[in-house]
Amino acid sequence: MVSTAIQPAIDARKVVKNFGETAVLRGLDLSLPPGEVTVLLGSNGAGKSTLLRILAMLTQADSGSVSIYGVDLAEDGPAARGLTGSVLHSPMLYADMTGRENLMFFASLYRLQNIDELIARTAAQVGIESTLDDRVRTLSHGFQKRVALARALMHDPRLLLLDEPESGLDSQSVSRLDDVIDEYRKAGRTVVMTTHIVEHGLEIADRAVVLSGGVVGLESSSPGQDRAVILAAYSLSPEQGPWQGPAA
Amino acid sequence: MRDSLAVIWSIGRKDLLLELRNKDVVVAVAGFALLVLVIFTFSLNLTPDIAKLVGPGVLWAAVAFAGVTGLNRAFALEVEGNTLEALMLAPISRDLIFLGKALGNFLFITVALVVVLPVFAVLFNLVVFRWEMLAISLLTAIGFSSVGTLFAAMSVRVRAREVMLPLLFLPVVTPLIMAAVESTSHVVNGRSWSDMSQWLQLAAAFDVVFIVVSAFVFQHILED
Repeated sequence: MVSTAIQPAIDARKVVKNFGETAVLRGLDLSLPPGEVTVLLGSNGAGKSTLLRILAMLTQADSGSVSIYGVDLAEDGPAARGLTGSVLHSPMLYADMTGRENLMFFASLYRLQNIDELIARTAAQVGIESTLDDRVRTLSHGFQKRVALARALMHDPRLLLLDEPESGLDSQSVSRLDDVIDEYRKAGRTVVMTTHIVEHGLEIADRAVVLSGGVVGLESSSPGQDRAVILAAYSLSPEQGPWQGPAA
Repeated sequence: MRDSLAVIWSIGRKDLLLELRNKDVVVAVAGFALLVLVIFTFSLNLTPDIAKLVGPGVLWAAVAFAGVTGLNRAFALEVEGNTLEALMLAPISRDLIFLGKALGNFLFITVALVVVLPVFAVLFNLVVFRWEMLAISLLTAIGFSSVGTLFAAMSVRVRAREVMLPLLFLPVVTPLIMAAVESTSHVVNGRSWSDMSQWLQLAAAFDVVFIVVSAFVFQHILED
């Protein structure tokens, strides 16, 4: 029998992550369909960045399972990482290499072909053509973030993970980032991003997920309409536990 | 296999490129080792017999301590810019990251040895330019870089990493240092391959064991 069910882009089940005595994720379940832009919301310490780091395979869950497009992270890490592009808090670039040298180096790790052409195309996409041959150390934080975005896009990943991507960016860079996200959505790819600029997040997202108390407190597939409820759930601190729904 | 070798070479070449620009590691290793050699030259009354007796020990102790300085720096660079995490994002197995970093460290130690050995030969007035010495140097550099890369990765997130690395590294490489000192002693006394074969075999066995063990353990160190 052929299954007609759509394979989720992300399927996380009973994910637990503790840092010492502090429980950050407490049995989180999350299934996200492909081809959507999902914004992860939550107050500081809600576990958004931890969840993204687990998805990017920079940290391991203490228990539970996570798969990306059906590939279990624990079973085939390299394959799962090949499906994913990530821009996390820090640009993670070699400061004494130029943007082009950084991209060439990472392209070789991703075993990409036609690297020069690929770099030219991605650089144009994120608007770094003019600074590509400058050492990263000399670039502004905004341009460093753009180079990091180019690195994440170079291998055309099916899932793009962005952790507060707009932090430190000027309005022009944020607008370009929105364009990239929109192009990704149109190409049927999946984007999962965290943000503290909630209004902006709700504006560009197809789906909003609010983390509270280490689990999914609220999930909405129409964030524009559910704005008030999402904002109420977002304002909960981690100590207040999961969202229990609107007060009667 | 070819893909894996290309990835290892990419990481090693990147480290070499950064080193050519910064000269952090080679200058630290070669500079420290040269200073130790010079200090011992002036503090010992070096007759030919004393030079042959203590020279090999001084040489490899200097290289081992200097190596710690360089290994610390080589890994700290990856952590300061969070670039180790960028390597971890790539769709490659973690042991390739280890082998690439170990290749970079091997190149640094080898370059430092190229600087240190001629100075050692002049200061101690000993003949060291023989094929046997090349074999000893390469085997020792491989062992230092594999063990050093592993322990540098382990200690890099620790607050007192400058203290932690030598505490972990030096006891483990003691058999390798012994093999290097004994083999070098045979070289400066003009003996043949057969006289030093057991020490070279010990060094080769050490290298094989620690490359395999370190590559395996390294993957677990990277995760959390």
